[in-house]
Amino acid sequence: MTTETMEAPAIAVPTATPPHPVREFWGYFSANHGAVAGLVIIVAVILVALLADVIAPHDPNLTNTAIALKPPFWQEGGSISYPLGTDPIGRDILSRLIYGAQLSLLIGIVVVAISIAIGTVLGLVAGFFRGLTEIFIMRLMDIILTLPSLLLAIVIVAVLGPGLMNAMLAVALVILPHYVRLARAAVITETSKDYVTAARVSGAGTTRLMFREVLPNCTAPLIVQASLGISTAILDAAALGFLGLGAQPPSPEWGTMLADAREFVLRAWWVVTFPGLAILITVLAFNLLGDGLRDALDPKLKR
Amino acid sequence: MALVEIENLSVEFPTQGGIMRAVDGVSLKLEEGEVLGVVGESGSGKSVTMLALMGLIPFPGRVRADKLAFNGRDLLTISDKDRRKLTGKDVAMIFQEPTTSLNPSFTVGFQLTETLRLHEGMDRKAAERRAVELLGQVGIPSPESRLSAYPHQMSGGMNQRVMIAMAIACNPKLLIADEPTTALDVTIQAQILDLLISLQKERNMGLVMITHNMGVVADTAKRVMVMYAGQIMEERSADDLFASPQHPYTAALLAALPERSEGGRLATIPGVVPGLYDRPKGCLFSPRCAYATEHSRNVRPTLKPWAGGHIRCHYPLGDPNRDAEIQHDHPVGTEAAS
Amino acid sequence: MAAPPFSVLAMLRFILTRVSLIIPTFIGITLLAFFLIRLVPGDPIETLAGERGIDPARHEQLRKEYGFDKPIIVQYGIYLARVLQGDLGKSMITQEPVLNEFSSLFPATIELALCAIIFALVLGLPAGIIAAIRRNSIFDHGVMGISLAGYSMPIFWWGLILILLFSVQFDLTPVSGRIDVLYYIEPITGFLLIDTLLSDEPEAFWSAVNHLILPTIVLGTVPLAVIARMTRSAMLEVLGEDYIRTAKAKGLSRFRIVALHALRNALIPVVTVIGLQIGVLFTGAILTETIFSWPGVGKWLIDAIFRRDYPVLQGGALLLGVVVMSVNLLVDLAYGLINPRIRHTR
Repeated sequence: MTTETMEAPAIAVPTATPPHPVREFWGYFSANHGAVAGLVIIVAVILVALLADVIAPHDPNLTNTAIALKPPFWQEGGSISYPLGTDPIGRDILSRLIYGAQLSLLIGIVVVAISIAIGTVLGLVAGFFRGLTEIFIMRLMDIILTLPSLLLAIVIVAVLGPGLMNAMLAVALVILPHYVRLARAAVITETSKDYVTAARVSGAGTTRLMFREVLPNCTAPLIVQASLGISTAILDAAALGFLGLGAQPPSPEWGTMLADAREFVLRAWWVVTFPGLAILITVLAFNLLGDGLRDALDPKLKR
Repeated sequence: MALVEIENLSVEFPTQGGIMRAVDGVSLKLEEGEVLGVVGESGSGKSVTMLALMGLIPFPGRVRADKLAFNGRDLLTISDKDRRKLTGKDVAMIFQEPTTSLNPSFTVGFQLTETLRLHEGMDRKAAERRAVELLGQVGIPSPESRLSAYPHQMSGGMNQRVMIAMAIACNPKLLIADEPTTALDVTIQAQILDLLISLQKERNMGLVMITHNMGVVADTAKRVMVMYAGQIMEERSADDLFASPQHPYTAALLAALPERSEGGRLATIPGVVPGLYDRPKGCLFSPRCAYATEHSRNVRPTLKPWAGGHIRCHYPLGDPNRDAEIQHDHPVGTEAAS
Repeated sequence: MAAPPFSVLAMLRFILTRVSLIIPTFIGITLLAFFLIRLVPGDPIETLAGERGIDPARHEQLRKEYGFDKPIIVQYGIYLARVLQGDLGKSMITQEPVLNEFSSLFPATIELALCAIIFALVLGLPAGIIAAIRRNSIFDHGVMGISLAGYSMPIFWWGLILILLFSVQFDLTPVSGRIDVLYYIEPITGFLLIDTLLSDEPEAFWSAVNHLILPTIVLGTVPLAVIARMTRSAMLEVLGEDYIRTAKAKGLSRFRIVALHALRNALIPVVTVIGLQIGVLFTGAILTETIFSWPGVGKWLIDAIFRRDYPVLQGGALLLGVVVMSVNLLVDLAYGLINPRIRHTR
């Protein structure tokens, strides 16, 4: 808005320069302590997942009934070699949590990747072709949105059969509408802009237009939605695991660990506390990051 | 005793990039029944000055002044409670966007009677009767049936009439009109201005007309204050100002009026009002001024008495020694206009 | 241009439009239910009839009845006609009609869901409003932090932790069920809080309340977080509107501005969010009921999955979907009532 005076320093005598866009983004992002905390936690979880083989003290699936239900090291009867205690069949909880991080990140990323891939294609198609195609796609998405997400996921898994793969597919389907709507809305706003008209006039094909010209321009909201989507995916997959419909034992998936531990809630607090805490912290981190990204990328909220 | 006394008022807003000074050292006196025009481009601080008088500067804005008084009451030390007794009753304000300035969830009648019941202690019946009367006074046809209408059911012009009815409901001593016609159709603009002027005469109330449109001021105000980048640039009687503007900025504003254009091409002022990052060291208008010199670029002029008013300029247009002074101070030419 | 003033006719038209809009959604849900059960591995006739190992004669009869010899669209027509008559098949296990089982269990779920949403509203609305008024205060940051944690909460774990704390550690609340086994309460309304008061055992009411506390908190946590966040942001947006400045310029008290002028407008998006939370609530009910052995439709559905009771799964999911859809419709209508602008357009 002040470009006119900015480009002509002979006219205006600037006393300070406005910040560069990337620095401005980082300025807004880093001013949000929660978002930075989220980012730090996510990096930490990624590192733990990548280095699981190195840092896990035990094999996550090694059972030893002799040391079943050992409490964490600071409690009486606990030992430092099993820092967070052991589960009912003597597996080291810390090691299981560390390997569980691999699973949770994998679930989050794969689910969101599937959803984004299918969702943006459907959204782009709906936005570009309009008419009946659009009505059909958007109506379908509305129906998916109307149904409670976990209920839909549960029904799908119940029919397809329990298991991690099916749970991931179900969750991917459930979060699909967000990406379809986003991509469609972006296409509709973007196609009305001049650069798309220019590309059309110069003879660019529809497919090329969709992927080369429009898609790069709706990445910002997609990134935000992806971050929030990962948290939903991890949470819903864990819920399915908890209900016995997701990853199956002896998988160290956090939700599945909780399902195994449920009946011991009265006797051994640590077997239920730590897996859930891991879920909460990871999901919270992705939500914090998503919120921070949205605030930093959304120009409407900037003063 | 003047109705409004403002001395050295400044309003600041902290932002990400530093402190933004929206109003800078504004002083102003307004007598009872006087009509003052406040003119300037958007961002010149004209609205913020009046919002400060109303006590409506939003958080985290800071208001500072040597004196800020209304009708003899010191507004700097007044309690919130006493201030609320004053605002809406003795001093009222109408705004630029009539449709968004009315609450979409309540009927016109509710919003109008609310003021009457609060400040005049009327009961519902009496307030409704008075509301119908007021709507009639501001020229709304069949006022009884409008009481139950919602703002979105009426046109912008009608909504502005409702806003005016609300503002004059308690016979204020001062009415501040902040760009009251900017958002309206041209045909409606004249009607609203006429209404405001006739109400002002009838009730002998003070009227501050904030506008960016010199034409509006010419039609209404007795005295004019020209603001730029938060400062007063020139202030004098309307007749003098229109006959012989003393500040180059005022002259440029007048030259931009369609009826004053020469040679069929509308004059424009190059550049924009300085923002937070490009506030000049010297005269705030110097980057856009056709007569800027090395001196005016580096030294900020003060507001000094001049030709029956006040002016903030090193080289007033009516100064006989002006050309010599400009030559002496190394003119930087007119590259701004090129 | 002046729109016509409020009229019964406009209201009726508004309601009819909204009702007609849910028809495609209803068809979509029934289509989903119709196709899902056909994807179940095994013999579809046995699955549909809810009987196992049936003899060939009966098999043939059922085949005709379900229209398996006819095109798929006719089969769907037959299914839709049955659904509309309230015939959702019968449970493979109990041989009870699915609709009967659902309606006997649904009050327990509603009772829990209602308590949870009231809990969320009573805490969430004031928290959001105060956070907005005291923007950037410690209270504001606290509310936002806690609500983000609530929003990220795995509620199945949250339930276990609350049991661990309140039931195991302090022995304050029961671990499971709706009421102490000592009491037998004749179901009149199906809502235990009411039925116990109508019964001759008043202390049974306190037992019911005691059983409700933890499930209510667990189920209400996510809606509480969402409502607090939404109320805050809606309030912040409204407080920046021109008409709030007008209200201030009228000399209204701060309380009146916030509680009347701002809240009335801020509630519009909040009501929508509450409506959307109903869906989340039923999802949460599935988990909450599983944790607390709460005899509602959520637990019934999960049990049906593990018993491979597909008619119950199909009918139950369809009914829950219809309930959520209807609640969304009601919210939409309520939205029209509090927002005159919506009521008058279209």
